[in-house]
Amino acid sequence: MIENRPLTTILAHLTLILGVAIVAFPIWITFVASTHEAVRMTQVPLPLWPGDQFFINLKTVLFDGVGSSGATPVWLMLGNSLIMAMMIAVGKIVISLLSAFAIVYFRFPFRMGFFWMIFITLMLPVEVRIFPTFKVVADLGMLNSYWGMTVPLIASATATFMFRQVFLTIPDEMLEAARVDGAGPMRFFWDILIPLSRTNIAALFVILFIYGWNQYLWPLLITTDTDYFTVVMGIKQMLEAAELAPDWHLIMMTALLAMLPPIIVVLSMQKMFVKGLTETEK
Amino acid sequence: MLKRVHFGPSILPFLLVAPQIAVTLVFFMWPAGQALYQSMLVEDMFGLSTEFVWMDNFKELFNDRYYLGAFKRTAFFSFLVAGLAMSTALLLAAMVDRIVKGVFAYRTMLIWPYAVAPVIAGALWVFMFDPTLGIFAYALNTVGYDWNHKLNGGEAMFLVIAAATWKQIAYNFLFFVAAIQSIPKPLIEAAAIDGAGPLKRFWTIIFPLITPTMFFLLVVNIVYAFFDTFGIIHAITQGGPAKATEILVYKVWYDGAVAIDLGSSAAQSVILMAIVIVMTVVQFRYIERKVEY
Repeated sequence: MIENRPLTTILAHLTLILGVAIVAFPIWITFVASTHEAVRMTQVPLPLWPGDQFFINLKTVLFDGVGSSGATPVWLMLGNSLIMAMMIAVGKIVISLLSAFAIVYFRFPFRMGFFWMIFITLMLPVEVRIFPTFKVVADLGMLNSYWGMTVPLIASATATFMFRQVFLTIPDEMLEAARVDGAGPMRFFWDILIPLSRTNIAALFVILFIYGWNQYLWPLLITTDTDYFTVVMGIKQMLEAAELAPDWHLIMMTALLAMLPPIIVVLSMQKMFVKGLTETEK
Repeated sequence: MLKRVHFGPSILPFLLVAPQIAVTLVFFMWPAGQALYQSMLVEDMFGLSTEFVWMDNFKELFNDRYYLGAFKRTAFFSFLVAGLAMSTALLLAAMVDRIVKGVFAYRTMLIWPYAVAPVIAGALWVFMFDPTLGIFAYALNTVGYDWNHKLNGGEAMFLVIAAATWKQIAYNFLFFVAAIQSIPKPLIEAAAIDGAGPLKRFWTIIFPLITPTMFFLLVVNIVYAFFDTFGIIHAITQGGPAKATEILVYKVWYDGAVAIDLGSSAAQSVILMAIVIVMTVVQFRYIERKVEY
């Protein structure tokens, strides 16, 4: 604060409140919709204030699913989403740590060749190579499996770059000292590099968990078996069914459940999230 | 790049990079090569025979009214999303800079749409604007405007832009806040002592100093609008009505998965890859420039 201008301060607060209102309104509407019963959700105007059906809807969605009988219960979809997000996040971090370690700490033939090969993955988002990649996965018999949903997404140039950057800032004396004490490469990796990059790993995990949880197009192609549906895909299926008979109260409850885990991760690890975002993108 | 002190040659580094390289080769390089090869093939209707046609698929695309239309639409969509998301975020970030109390609370309330999946964002917006039930459609109706994004292409476009912008404000906001905070306070104080008001200080000091961030965000936002908005469009409009919201990445998917025109879809993939490569190079150029600062 440089000078005291009460008017501009009030204006600033008003603008921010307006901004928050715009940003939060869709989420409020979602919450409100998830607390009403089916009949209320077919009468215009729709409610703007919560009803009392929250837990009933929650139970229906979690255990019975949305739509006709035989619909996938949402707890199963949430489980699939969690498995997919964790596999992607952990997988990306592990293989990136290993390859960054190799590239920074070893002299070996084709080192730069490997580095550039990893770099290229940065340029090929899954959306642009979707069908050929799908074919590879199909040929490998990985359709309808957690491996098929995650492995093609776990190569990561950004994570490798970030760890490379982190390792480069670690003083050389660390390695010299470790060597004097007789530590081999893997010992050095486990006992020194990993503990030193702990905060970076946590920050990256937040970003990658959200990335993994929110995957849509890829699991949509890979899975036809409803047992593997993720909650993000489930929403789309429900919307299609909604063209005929909208169960908005249940759809919005599912949307709420689908948003919750990543939002909780972002809000509870806000500092890590901001750190992860600014470090991986630059 | 390599540490001055490092381990000597052995089999270990190969084992360490092996998983990353294997995934890259099998799921990136090979499919990209396949896309390139497929983009030069034409398959007959029943998939019985294929013919190698060199660049014909590309030539066809650039003579295709619909493809060029999708190109223009994507440019329009991306620039609007980038422009709106960035200007809103900059306004909010500048306001956060002016206040002392409640910064954390505002930031918390503003960043969560980042965590919402594009399809879910789409579901939220399609619910609010549902022509028969939606709260906004109802509000518009009471003031005499008949909203129906299922029939009106312009309204459909508005809706996907709104949803895509809504999701991206959080990201831009965080970067703008960081950029504004990194400006040395004495600069601003000196200007204030010289009598420059808040607005003047913003335009003559803050704005020029955050242009590198703006440039970086512009690239990121355009990449976002190009590729990450698939879910939003898939949930809200399915590219309709009458292809009014069909952007490039949606068309790649549609032509491959629904229209089963694999050659054309692959050629479109190749063009998209070229666009991403150009953008990545531009982004890296920017990072190099930033190092000189």
